[in-house]
Amino acid sequence: MAEEVKKTPRPVDPNSAKYKLGKIASDAYVDAIEAKKQGKPVVWISSNFPVEIPETLGLATVYPENQAAGIAARGAGQRMCEVAEADGYSNDICAYARISLAYAKLRECPEQEVAMPDALLCCNNICNCMIKWYENLALDLNIPLIMLDIPFNPDYDPTPEIVEYVGAQFWDAVHQLEDIFNIKWDDEKFKEVTGFSCTASRAWLDATSEACHIPSPFNGFDLLNHMAVMVTARGKAEAGEAMNVLLKEYKENHATGKSTFREEEKYRIMFEGIACWPYLRVTSRGLRDRGINMVTTIYADAFGFDYNSFDEMIAAYCSVPNSINLEKSRDKRIKLCKANHVEGLLIHNNRSCKLWSGFMAEMGRQVGAECGIPVAHFDGDQADPRNFSEAQYNTRVEGLMEIMEANK
Amino acid sequence: MYTLGIDIGSTTSKCVILKDGEEIVAKSIQLGGLGTDGPSAALAELWNASEIKESDIARTTVTGYGRMKFEGGDDEASELTCHALGGRLVYPGLRTVIDIGGQDAKVISLSEDGRMSNFVMNDKCAAGTGRFLDVMANILKMDVNDFGSCAAASTEEIAISSTCTVFAESEVISQLANGVKREDLVAGICTSVAVRVAALARRAGVKELVCMSGGVAKNEAVRRALEKSLDVDIAFDPLAQYFGAIGAARYSYNKLIKQQR
Repeated sequence: MAEEVKKTPRPVDPNSAKYKLGKIASDAYVDAIEAKKQGKPVVWISSNFPVEIPETLGLATVYPENQAAGIAARGAGQRMCEVAEADGYSNDICAYARISLAYAKLRECPEQEVAMPDALLCCNNICNCMIKWYENLALDLNIPLIMLDIPFNPDYDPTPEIVEYVGAQFWDAVHQLEDIFNIKWDDEKFKEVTGFSCTASRAWLDATSEACHIPSPFNGFDLLNHMAVMVTARGKAEAGEAMNVLLKEYKENHATGKSTFREEEKYRIMFEGIACWPYLRVTSRGLRDRGINMVTTIYADAFGFDYNSFDEMIAAYCSVPNSINLEKSRDKRIKLCKANHVEGLLIHNNRSCKLWSGFMAEMGRQVGAECGIPVAHFDGDQADPRNFSEAQYNTRVEGLMEIMEANK
Repeated sequence: MYTLGIDIGSTTSKCVILKDGEEIVAKSIQLGGLGTDGPSAALAELWNASEIKESDIARTTVTGYGRMKFEGGDDEASELTCHALGGRLVYPGLRTVIDIGGQDAKVISLSEDGRMSNFVMNDKCAAGTGRFLDVMANILKMDVNDFGSCAAASTEEIAISSTCTVFAESEVISQLANGVKREDLVAGICTSVAVRVAALARRAGVKELVCMSGGVAKNEAVRRALEKSLDVDIAFDPLAQYFGAIGAARYSYNKLIKQQR
């Protein structure tokens, strides 16, 4: 029997965006662990919490959502979910929450270790499950919880009153952290951090918008990896630099007719919802093998926070995908579909995310009708592998492809 | 010109041979779908029952959940496209196909010129599928094929409120313990399937002419409950269970014609 030949992974060019972005994302975990060792404070933080606060205060951060996604992508989602379920958490609760609560109990998971927190920074512009998740973490770990209440917007844009309400909480959070950790806010540093955040956001949004070219200069699944930097490090100088490298690479790809999408791009779709991390390869290959490129997703763009003033910054945090009404959500998606010449919409009905998936039937109907494109839904989960069927996924993708082909 | 369509579902395997993309000249069906000897048994039955030889077949398309594991076909096509093509062959004015199979339920919209324009499928749940009826038949110790005639004798239909197969199973057992008539219970079971599928159909948009395909199409009680719920007539053809295989054979034919052009 012939010995199996293991392929050596191709070395990644240290000047490439892939290398730089990968390093920033992994360094974020290492830096927090190192900070903990040195006795410096570490906070666990919701992905849509204003990163400008901990970054300005010099607090090491860990993003439990990002950690849970990594654990799920590396195959440990079910194992961790079952730990939480054994403690009484329902399997209907968000799998990120279950994984995070399980980690708080076990304090270890080889698939993605993190530094344990000294405080928690939570906001509910993502969902209200986040509140209970962090409340229970605070209780289990006996540490302070700082909560920003960022209400859902029934109106198209956040009102001045909402911006004032959230803005006041921003400063209250700052003062609480100053007291807890005996540290001082620095306005100059804040100005610098907001500059970094906007630079990274603008480059990121510009890079994702390069998908407007036919064929797209990149495989949309790349965005799901690169966006980790926008989630965890958008307030750092190196994030902006790396994002600008990414933008430059995509522009070069377009100019030279190259793409990171390795197949012939026959169809272009928008992917709706958080990635199905436990089956990232299956879901990606199911598209790629059929020549379907996911050229845009609102999930990636959600982490581009661009603003010119304090109030605009607060308004941006009030306008993340899960906190805006159906009409605004729909219009954002229609804009992306039209700008990127999308031919079909594939919706991930994410069992973990009731808020995001709940209005997808109507969202899909309206976007499909306005853009004249077919829409297919599949069931899955962002981190719990028990909620996905590969055969069902393939049938839905094939059906979508057959309609796109017939429409050509 | 002969083309072959093979539909490997979750519970049955179906084969159809079309002559010139129009006329059904042979068909077969065997219990056992994906992962069983059903597909080979259905093919053996097909060759035994017809004078057409394997070498006469110009092209073969495989559909259904077992399509990817089957070796020997020229093409694969999703059951969505095949049910649309098969239904349209039987009903030229067809605009909506409601297919309730063993493992899933789907509603397929067709454009005026017969192309699939939209589809909606059930989520990861057996309620609203043929499997739900199989489970209930097992509790009632009945043949699922007798559900239609049994439900027709119902005088006071019992509502099954649970939306989950497992919960519905215990609900049915409770109702049996309460001494309700089997006919009334079967009518309620059929209605509960119809109501779930009707919700899917409304999402897809129902345009007439509407037909049913798949094994559950034979169940008159489900058909009638669907008609009532959607307020449309639903066409039924005895070949309904073969629509996927017919469509697959038609898919092969269309490919050959396209190549010849």
